[in-house]
Amino acid sequence: MAEAAIELIGINKSFGPVHANRDINLEVARGTIHGIVGENGAGKSTLMSILYGFYQADSGEIKVNGKPASIKTSNDAIAAGIGMVHQHFMLVDNFTVLENVILGAESNALLNSSIAKARSELVRLEREYGLQVNPDALIEELPVGLQQRVEILKALYRGAEILILDEPTGVLTPAEADHLFRILKQLKEQGKTVVLITHKLREIMAITDTVSVMRQGTMVATRETAKTTVEELAELMVGRRVLLRVDKGEAKPGAVKLSVKNLVVRDSRGVTMVDDVSFEVRAGEIVGIAGVAGNGQSELLEAISGIRNAVSGSAMLDGKPIDLTGAADPGELRERGLAHVPEDRHHVGLVLAFEENENSILGYHDDPRYLKGPLLNIDAIVADAKDKIEKYDIRPSNPRLKTANFSGGNQQKIVLAREIEQDPGVLIVGQPTRGVDVGAIEFIHKRLIAMRDAGKAVLLVSVELDEIRSLSDRILVMFAGRIVGERGPEAGEGELGLLMAGVEQKEAAE
Amino acid sequence: MDFFNVAVQTLDSTIRLSVPLLLACLAGLYSERSGIFDIGLEGKMLAGAFASAAAASVFHSAWIGLGMGILISVALALVHGFASITHRGNQIVSGVAINFVAAGSTIILGQAWFQQGGRTPALAPGERFEAIVFPGADAIRDVPIIGPIYSELISGHSLLVYIAFLAVPFTWWVLFRTRFGLRLRAVGENPAAVDTAGISVEWLRYRAVICTGILTGIAGAYLAMVQNAGFVKDMTAGKGFIALAALIFAKWKPVNAMFACLLFGFLDAIAIRLQGSPLPVIGKVPVQFMQALPYVLTVVLLAGFIGKAIPPRAGGVPYVKER
Repeated sequence: MAEAAIELIGINKSFGPVHANRDINLEVARGTIHGIVGENGAGKSTLMSILYGFYQADSGEIKVNGKPASIKTSNDAIAAGIGMVHQHFMLVDNFTVLENVILGAESNALLNSSIAKARSELVRLEREYGLQVNPDALIEELPVGLQQRVEILKALYRGAEILILDEPTGVLTPAEADHLFRILKQLKEQGKTVVLITHKLREIMAITDTVSVMRQGTMVATRETAKTTVEELAELMVGRRVLLRVDKGEAKPGAVKLSVKNLVVRDSRGVTMVDDVSFEVRAGEIVGIAGVAGNGQSELLEAISGIRNAVSGSAMLDGKPIDLTGAADPGELRERGLAHVPEDRHHVGLVLAFEENENSILGYHDDPRYLKGPLLNIDAIVADAKDKIEKYDIRPSNPRLKTANFSGGNQQKIVLAREIEQDPGVLIVGQPTRGVDVGAIEFIHKRLIAMRDAGKAVLLVSVELDEIRSLSDRILVMFAGRIVGERGPEAGEGELGLLMAGVEQKEAAE
Repeated sequence: MDFFNVAVQTLDSTIRLSVPLLLACLAGLYSERSGIFDIGLEGKMLAGAFASAAAASVFHSAWIGLGMGILISVALALVHGFASITHRGNQIVSGVAINFVAAGSTIILGQAWFQQGGRTPALAPGERFEAIVFPGADAIRDVPIIGPIYSELISGHSLLVYIAFLAVPFTWWVLFRTRFGLRLRAVGENPAAVDTAGISVEWLRYRAVICTGILTGIAGAYLAMVQNAGFVKDMTAGKGFIALAALIFAKWKPVNAMFACLLFGFLDAIAIRLQGSPLPVIGKVPVQFMQALPYVLTVVLLAGFIGKAIPPRAGGVPYVKER
């Protein structure tokens, strides 16, 4: 039995009335990879922030390598040999890799010697762990996979023996994620301890030695990964049985509802983000657009929903032309039966400072159902919101509550309820389950399938390949603004992954 | 030869006029690079000017004047820091408040202490920073070209002028060659990165605003003890805001800041020289137009000629520790 690298005993932490961590006990053996899974808001990140000295526990004890450790600041954690790779990278974008690595770990008041030391140290780390990165590159010019590598290097440069990674694969392509896992395995072989926080169960199964499950602030179970299953973990996370596979019948595609031809969209800097894209979506089918974030999907969605003007191209909705290059605005498109669930619910989909009922009619607020003369009919709106809350199991079930106080999954349900309940002919959905917990994902997926089965056309854009594969009847892959391939739902992850990375099929075969 | 003399004189006054701008601009640079917007440069300069003139005339010492100017200015900078760093208040509101406090209190205190309508007593020669004459300046004054350049432009300024121009390479060195500078730049871009690296965001930003206070204090002292012989109400006359404009124009870089301030100083010098004298082609131009010229050009330059100026990314946003 290996000695424990980290021991947490009876950790409690409250934020106001919210008990984020309740009597948490956790033991992580040295030289292992330990996974922590749980839904959003289960308290995983809080627990790790306590370990990293970002927050302090209200009560409880932390032991590092068997010795009690008092971790009050990040400095204490670093000194105890704990390093953390945050979900949102803690990097200065316009600094070089070297500058980021030495920040806070400079050897003296002048920079020259620190930089020289870091440069030789980076060479050593590169040799030992295969963490290759150009030390003089600016962070903002590096792809996210490399930025993450810089975060790992930062921790190792500070002498971390215990590495915590918070949702590390959220921003990575499948290939980048594989590379990360190879690095983690290498770290483990060198005797480092890795704690991996994630909600992706497949990753847990693939790489961890042991896994702990958190639910609503408590630690509900710890298992050896080899002796558990995805189904068991999902059940432990949610507290009830969860259907991981989406059940759906054959698609019965009907008439073309939405067609797009030769669409070109530029972003605000004038860079062409969508380059000559054409496709169509029929009634009764879900078309999924797969791709790594930033390959033009966002701009495509914005153009089709009328938020951003396209440069050129044409489109038809229900057989009638819509002018995406200028005249079409979101209000008009909504009236014509095209509903849009935006990717970014915080900035585009919702006004977080509004009450739930206000958000549940936003964009349809001119509908006579919600009006009393020129004024809003608050009673009707609240009653309508109550209706949706019931139908979509939105919690807490209070339509007068500020939207910011709902969890991510419930916020997403508010947006979905608003758009779906208008009974649109075409539904455009961006990242429907980003930051949404397992229970809500299941619900949202069922809703989308129900839309399809009701004969609606659904266009789904997601960076979650699993989601695309389980929901779509046809899969289009976007890379660098173009659609580089169309596949059926049976296409393998490897095949789609290569397309997403821009590797031509011919090259891949060689 | 006449043209040459006019040019040297204009450049000489360019230097004199750009010094308060340059000091204020570098002051703003420290603060804004750390992520604290400071619209209160004007107020701190004004308070520094009043404090230095008052102290110099009471204690009959330029050095005590300078020290008092810096002290008061740093005190106001700390007020700004307390509001915007510790209490995470709105940095613009706090800065505006400091400007009003400085504008009002300097007049009230000046009237209460000296009874000269808000002025401080005129400073005697020993109570001001005198011009420093470099060795040989007088000897070669009459040598053509080199003589006037050396004795007028390079030699013959007050100590504070040299401090201001030496502050440029010094600031560059601090910013880009020291640990403090690295952290300062980092905290203005991404304070969370600094925090997770185990460095105190608050202490770092406080140190930055203290630097700002020191420099605005020197700028105020220059106005009251070098450019003038005493404090006059509202004597900063918007220089703090021009310095902010210069800071944006310079894209928050020290050497650029020097050139930007020299440009604004040059426009000022031209405006003064051309007052009342007819221009070729256009003829005589009203004085007010010439006085407005630097400000008009400020707007024009900022609106169209500098390209995209990207401020420090965390600027103006109080740091709240959360995830």
